[in-house]
Amino acid sequence: MDGFGTDILNALILFANFVFVPALSYGSQLALGAVGVTLVYGVLRFANFAHGDVMAFGTMITIFVTWGLQSYGIGLGPLPTALLALPVAILGTIALVLFYDKTVFQFYRRNRSAPVIYLVASVGVMFITNGLVRLFIGPDDRRFADGERFIIKARAFKKMTGLSEGLSLQVTQVITVVVAIIAVAALFWFLNKTRTGKAMRAYSDNEDLALLSGINPDRVVMVTWILAGTLACIAGTLYGLDKSFKPFTYFHLLLPIFAAAIVGGIGQPVGAIIGGYVVAFSEVMATYAYKKFLKYLLPDDMAPSTLMQFLSTDYKFAISFIILVLVLLIRPTGIFRGRVY
Amino acid sequence: MKKITIAALAAIMASSVAQAEIKMGVILGFTGPIESLTPAMADSAELAFKEASESGKLLGGETISVVRGDSTCIDAAAGSAAAERMITADGVAGIMGADCSGVTTAIASNVAIPNGVVMVSPSATSPALTDIEDNGYFFRTAPSDARGGQVMAQVVIERGITDVAVTYENSDYGKGLSDSFITNFKALGGEVTATAAHENGKADYSAEVAALSAGGSDILVVIGYLDQGGRGIIQSSIDTDAFENYVLGDGMIGQSLIDNVDGDLTGAIGSLPGSESSGALMFLDLAASAGLDGDGPFRAESYDAAALMVLAMQAGGNADRATIAENLMSVANAPGKRLMPGELARGLEILAAGGEVNYEGASNVELTDVGEASGTYKILEIKDGAFNTIDVR
Repeated sequence: MDGFGTDILNALILFANFVFVPALSYGSQLALGAVGVTLVYGVLRFANFAHGDVMAFGTMITIFVTWGLQSYGIGLGPLPTALLALPVAILGTIALVLFYDKTVFQFYRRNRSAPVIYLVASVGVMFITNGLVRLFIGPDDRRFADGERFIIKARAFKKMTGLSEGLSLQVTQVITVVVAIIAVAALFWFLNKTRTGKAMRAYSDNEDLALLSGINPDRVVMVTWILAGTLACIAGTLYGLDKSFKPFTYFHLLLPIFAAAIVGGIGQPVGAIIGGYVVAFSEVMATYAYKKFLKYLLPDDMAPSTLMQFLSTDYKFAISFIILVLVLLIRPTGIFRGRVY
Repeated sequence: MKKITIAALAAIMASSVAQAEIKMGVILGFTGPIESLTPAMADSAELAFKEASESGKLLGGETISVVRGDSTCIDAAAGSAAAERMITADGVAGIMGADCSGVTTAIASNVAIPNGVVMVSPSATSPALTDIEDNGYFFRTAPSDARGGQVMAQVVIERGITDVAVTYENSDYGKGLSDSFITNFKALGGEVTATAAHENGKADYSAEVAALSAGGSDILVVIGYLDQGGRGIIQSSIDTDAFENYVLGDGMIGQSLIDNVDGDLTGAIGSLPGSESSGALMFLDLAASAGLDGDGPFRAESYDAAALMVLAMQAGGNADRATIAENLMSVANAPGKRLMPGELARGLEILAAGGEVNYEGASNVELTDVGEASGTYKILEIKDGAFNTIDVR
């Protein structure tokens, strides 16, 4: 019976190491991205396709500032220097999105254009941002995480516990989850407790009614962009820290982010967060091979001979699509009943 | 008076012949997944062209100028466009390249073969290229992966490893080598617990690594490119401690892998076409005297590819495309005087006098009847932060 107890522990650790921890940090990154998309959708009423590339732009500034700090020998010890660079990058990203609003989106807002026109304009903005990022930092893969890499190394964990499976916990994964929790908590406090936050929600619910009660629309729009820019920069930096920065992969992130926002119910911040984790966990769990996991749990004669993998990892991206299709078919409004025009 | 005119005319003609440079193309992936390997490969090829030009014996004192093109390694359309430009606009007589198997197949069948231009690839190793309809215009100084996979499988088995997981880059090269490895490994009694393809250019390979490790094996065979997905897989595997050791395909071998992976790779083994023969050592000296490091993936093969084309021109007495195609096999194989790296001048002399040569070169060149190297492999192991050759077979 003792052997079975360790088997269960081994199975759980295996699952945590390869599924739970990676999916949790990936989910947090998607959630932050999806909240940004959903806010813009809720208040400004269009799907902002430029969000992925704005994330890349913010991360790029983080990297530049990180390099600058590193050259002066300034760091955070065991934590990545990028955390120190993040506030500057957030300001830069906010400046970028406000600039885009003034030069592009404001025009369509004044003309009361249809959402689809906004959407196409945002595709244009996406390509411009994409080009800018490649122009400034280049298309290459860059790793900018410094400081300690691990909180627990898998091998050390094995030695410590005597189990045959190891759990590795990277500093960046923990930072991702912690920063995501702080950012989301701050956002909800802002939306629910402050005057401006309440004004935003009112404007989102009913624009005309909000205007009649004396809410300044320009201010609401500006605050929305500030929040979206901040979230995009944080999400992008966390993703880059945890994995690596490459402009092209940020462009690809757009799909899971939109899937997350739609699954949760577009326009609903809580939904976007849940959606982020739903998409991340589905991606990781559907492509994981459960052979070893089941081998620990089942008696020897029932151990699977195949890999027990639902989908090959080649189809990881397809899962976002599948979820998207399923949600649109079964519950088009998403989990939290988002608005659908 | 008449004599002087004739003499003057002859002089003008002679000089004009000498001035017309022979253009040769070098098409390699200067950008893309193996961009850290290609500059040295191109330099090695150009070393041979320079040697022939400076000897003054190539077709009575002709010189070669090199046109470089970017194959990109992965973008068949871009690589074909570069080759097309080389052949039609620059008018090259032959092409040294391309590098990665996918683009090489595309360039050979869409551009080089239809235009009747010889291509000698130093590094395209896909078994599919053995059966390509080449009309005698495609050669390679790299052996086919059918042999590469066999060598890898033998090395792994001899280490007492009986089960492995295999990941390969999703391309002609990756699929070809991994199929060959798996077939041979199983034939030798090994077990493959999991296989997963990986794509290049992703930020995150944790899902692939998780699936691979679920098979239960401690050894991962990585067949990919060192500056791309292959490195990502290894990094992700080290981060989660999914595998204890690695077996590397030839595209994974290079110092940049060791330098860029955060973690300890000591004990990883790999195989790479190449040898430590006297020819290989002579090439190292030759390269060193030209300020190059000749010890690296596919550098010897690049030098040999260029040298073969030069010798083929001389054997046919003409620097046109058809001559190179007709004579390449005869200068590469017996009979004839054996030629080592750095002996191009002597070879050119022998050929000019109507003799025959058998070019051995830096990589023991011996072409099979379809025009590809039969293959000598170096087995390498990572120790003290560098690849060390431990065996040659």
